[in-house]
Amino acid sequence: MTQILPEITNINAAFWQGGKNGELFISQCDDCEFFIHPPSAFCVKCHSRNVSAQAVSGDGTVSSFSVNFQKWLPELETPYVVAIVELKEQENLRFVTNIIGCDPNSVRIGTPVEVTFENHEDVWLPLFRPKEFGAET
Amino acid sequence: MKKNVYITGVGQSEVKRPSLKSAEELTVDACLEAVSDAGLSLADIDGVACWPGDNNNGAPFSPIGPVGLKTLLGLDLKWFGGGYEGPGPIASLINGAMAIEAGICRHVLVFRTITESSARQKDKTASTLGKLGAKNGRDRSNLWGNYTPFGVHSAVMLVAMYAQKHFHKYGLTSEQLGQIALTCRANAAENPKAIYRSPMSLDNYLESRMISSPLRMFDCDIHCDASTAIILSRKDCAKDSSRDPVLIEAIGAGNSQPWSWDQISLTHMVARDVAQDMWSKTDLKPNDVDCAQLYDGFSILTLIWMEALGLCEIGEGGRFIEGGKRIARTGEMPINTNGGQLSGGRTHGLGYVHEACQQIWGRAGARQLKTCNTALVAAGGGPLGGSALLRRGDI
Ligand SMILES: [Zn+2]
Repeated sequence: MTQILPEITNINAAFWQGGKNGELFISQCDDCEFFIHPPSAFCVKCHSRNVSAQAVSGDGTVSSFSVNFQKWLPELETPYVVAIVELKEQENLRFVTNIIGCDPNSVRIGTPVEVTFENHEDVWLPLFRPKEFGAET
Repeated sequence: MKKNVYITGVGQSEVKRPSLKSAEELTVDACLEAVSDAGLSLADIDGVACWPGDNNNGAPFSPIGPVGLKTLLGLDLKWFGGGYEGPGPIASLINGAMAIEAGICRHVLVFRTITESSARQKDKTASTLGKLGAKNGRDRSNLWGNYTPFGVHSAVMLVAMYAQKHFHKYGLTSEQLGQIALTCRANAAENPKAIYRSPMSLDNYLESRMISSPLRMFDCDIHCDASTAIILSRKDCAKDSSRDPVLIEAIGAGNSQPWSWDQISLTHMVARDVAQDMWSKTDLKPNDVDCAQLYDGFSILTLIWMEALGLCEIGEGGRFIEGGKRIARTGEMPINTNGGQLSGGRTHGLGYVHEACQQIWGRAGARQLKTCNTALVAAGGGPLGGSALLRRGDI
């Protein structure tokens, strides 16, 4: 199988399963409002233990990306876009994901994107698609 | 600052794609050569350091760890240690040096064996991340589990995003980046142990298959089977060695960033932390470096290390390597003089230390640099990073 899924834990469940209700959850400090990713129970900014998963807009920009052409596994469908998307809520709040719903060659650093979810078993992978289809240069 | 740790000997097995020898045979070849090179016997070795160690029950990435080596060679040790969690592929060198500085050991055998080539002959997917971390389709790795669900089957995709960022922010071009691969290939031509030695042109590079844009096949290192060993000795013990040993002038192991591939600086990873840390521990400057053996698991990593270590200005790496003259063996900053991992073979870390010592000792044969008193070694990509400044000792 080519689709690898994350191991769900108490800490990361909101991030990987929030898509069930169409929402992207990110860990946020209740005291200083700093977002922390990957999901965590401790605020690295103010050292508070009051951290909880909060829904965010799901809007961001492509911080960097790569179009993968290599068939690492025989059944892998290529090409596809791996990207690091930075969420609009906080500078450097970002994670690895895929950009879908567009020509892989049209993705650029800075492309505005919005979250969309892809369900596999008990996981809703947060993927992103360009906000305005075909508008990138 | 007291500096007490010297390299007194190095050894390396054959480097093959694949080798017909077992991991154990390769390891014994490298270790015995290093011990003999230092003028020592196995009975003198009282420490063993390895990165990453046997962290996955004989997996080809590191089939033999300190414990396996201790048993294999029948060593009587005062200290031994391995483990993945440290400042990158030369963490073993750093740990071994610390064991000596702490007064625990006199002579530490640092080694690394890798058998990825023979493993991939049996199963082409042997080194994909999912194969390593996932069980029953679930990736339990705290680190890789963040990436593998998105089709990140190799670190190349993460590193490709660092390259893309460099292209975007600093104007790096494929023609410039290609000079890393070309330089390594030209150096490999003069290294009888290197795996790929036939000439490579810029056109060859540009026409090579795109793996994960903007990185091409020739931007990726080549799997091999090999073992490399380095002997570290305490200053007073190094005096027994038959030739001037190599002094570890400074080590860089700093890391201010999360242990992650996507939360760190996308242009310079942890390399700037490491470099700053290393240069703060020596009076030597980048200008004093005669050659740099810099990690080239992927070509862009070499460029990132060059910038981070101050061998050129931040963002100027592309222009610095353009045309390849400056980084050739006859240039102002020769890099990866044995062909690196891109053409020499993915010995994964200690190969750079081995080559740095060969150059300082004047034993590099046809690829010997005219002058080499000081050599810089740095290894790692993403959150992994460590460096060492080596220079001709003067005991
Ligand atoms: Zn806080």
